[in-house]
Amino acid sequence: MSESAATQTPSQTTIQTFVIVGAGQAGGETASELRKQGFTGRIVLVGDETHVPYRRPPLSKAYLSGTATQESLYILPPAGLEKARIEFIGGVRAERIDRATKQLHLSDGRVLDYDKLVLATGGRARVLSLPGADRPNVFPLRSIADVQAMRTHCLDGKSAVIIGGGFIGLEVAAVATKLGMKVTVLEGLPRVLARVTVPEVSTFFERIHREAGVDLRTGVQITAFEGEPLVTHVLLGDGSRIAADFILAGIGQVPNVELAQQAGLAVDNGIVVDEYSRTADPDIYAAGDCANHPNEFYGCRLRLESVQNAMEQGRVVAAGLLGKSQVYNVVPWFWSDQYDLKLQMVGLSAGFDRMVLRGDLNARAFAAFYLKDGRLIAADTVGRPQDFMFAKKLVALRVVVDPQVLADETVSLKTLLPAAA
Amino acid sequence: MPTITFLEPGGKAHVVDAQAGLSVMEAATRNDVPGIIGECGGCCTCATCHVYVDVAWYGRLESADEMEQGMLEGAVEPGPLSRLSCQIKVTDAIEGLVVTIPAGQL
Ligand SMILES: Cc1cc2nc3c(=O)[nH]c(=O)nc-3n(C[C@H](O)[C@H](O)[C@H](O)COP(=O)(O)OP(=O)(O)OC[C@H]3O[C@@H](n4cnc5c(N)ncnc54)[C@H](O)[C@@H]3O)c2cc1C
Ligand code: FES
Repeated sequence: MSESAATQTPSQTTIQTFVIVGAGQAGGETASELRKQGFTGRIVLVGDETHVPYRRPPLSKAYLSGTATQESLYILPPAGLEKARIEFIGGVRAERIDRATKQLHLSDGRVLDYDKLVLATGGRARVLSLPGADRPNVFPLRSIADVQAMRTHCLDGKSAVIIGGGFIGLEVAAVATKLGMKVTVLEGLPRVLARVTVPEVSTFFERIHREAGVDLRTGVQITAFEGEPLVTHVLLGDGSRIAADFILAGIGQVPNVELAQQAGLAVDNGIVVDEYSRTADPDIYAAGDCANHPNEFYGCRLRLESVQNAMEQGRVVAAGLLGKSQVYNVVPWFWSDQYDLKLQMVGLSAGFDRMVLRGDLNARAFAAFYLKDGRLIAADTVGRPQDFMFAKKLVALRVVVDPQVLADETVSLKTLLPAAA
Repeated sequence: MPTITFLEPGGKAHVVDAQAGLSVMEAATRNDVPGIIGECGGCCTCATCHVYVDVAWYGRLESADEMEQGMLEGAVEPGPLSRLSCQIKVTDAIEGLVVTIPAGQL
């Protein structure tokens, strides 16, 4: 072999290994983006679920209702992983990071050497702190396995009690109603979706659910579960007793930070990363539900729980791993499907000083715009996709908007965009 | 398996054997076609799966519903041949479909 040929062939030792912990939406996106950006080294994706990376939103929507198949959830099916030369280790937990030797210890005893490590560990459903919360008909909803386990209980004529009036709770209420179940939603706060939207929009969704036949109660206190081994009734502070065949605990999630914590990395409502999604260890990045990042757009730290965040941050991490550091700076957006309605939200409305409505809250299509100092900072839209799309641009560009145009259904929001956009 | 051709804006072609039952968006993302993101997973909520359908094909597809039309209005650089690829189902009827990927989705 000539000398020049020898130098052109990368030797075994120069092949880099990137290990990703968590085969979810962020981990999967990081892996496939690495290949799209031309990385030729090893990519190892470790996940404690047995499934290849899959989409979670349908879990509380089309997958639970039975209209989407399990295969349709897969983002990267086995053939795609193979084609992209992504080594998938499923059903195995990452137990410990040894940062000094740059090794990851797995639950099956394997030890992986890494050049760079990505933590995409997501979150897990928060557990109800109530005696009986571990009984077999009380379910969290985070994974395919959770849906499979609850399926046999989600049957026509049965009673579902949903604890928590957040997105997951309300989406399951809609599906369960459609499946013919008798549905009760119990929310401890005075209104549903209290953490994510304004009272007007909460009232809208409360009405939609009640019209569909849901017994929706807010400001309630759950005092006990009755029945053994299965819970048969949920008892409330006001003395009422609600029959239940199936109970869903939709009370939020906690980020999976333990692996990072044990490795001595900073954790504060998520794994703390810088604007490039890197932890204090230059060889360890984090992305998705588990990561807490400084958001320049909002001037504060955020930990987001959304597909957009998982995917976009995953791509930023891929760029960073390849030495092309990008600042992660995102205007958050989110959606929720309930019955035939699609809610699309952009921006964070906290701190708004004026709300403008377009359309009619009593109808099934409207948009709520949130302004601060004259600028559009957020919008919630139902059944108005074009308004959502233009609001996304207006929020990102921090445009000062004319409230009269926002309120006038007959004028396209496009007219508010600066000419170049 | 119907064959679909995805053209990058510069003309580079990606020919994909698409599994029937999936959407055109999924056929792209599962085969590492660049420039089609599919952030919302195909529920007509993100418009990051926007494509321009070949003019000969456009009229042969089922037309876009109201939701898709609304999303397309606000997509990046929409045009008369714009579609959301997640709303186009892969069936034998689309054998040979040609679509062009826009320069940007975000
Ligand atoms: C029911 C439901 C509905 C949703 N609906 C929407 C929606 O409509 N729109 C939206 O934008 N978002 C929605 N979300 C949120 C969205 O799915 C999440 O934000 C997204 O999945 C986050 O991706 P991630 O990769 O950070 O985490 P995940 O997708 O949770 O992936 C993390 C993976 O890492 C694994 N893991 C954790 N620790 C370890 C370890 N030590 N070793 C190995 N593996 C590990 C986990 O088991 C998991 O598989 C929904 C979520 C749920 C649960
Ligand atoms: S994938 Fe989101 S609109 Fe098509």
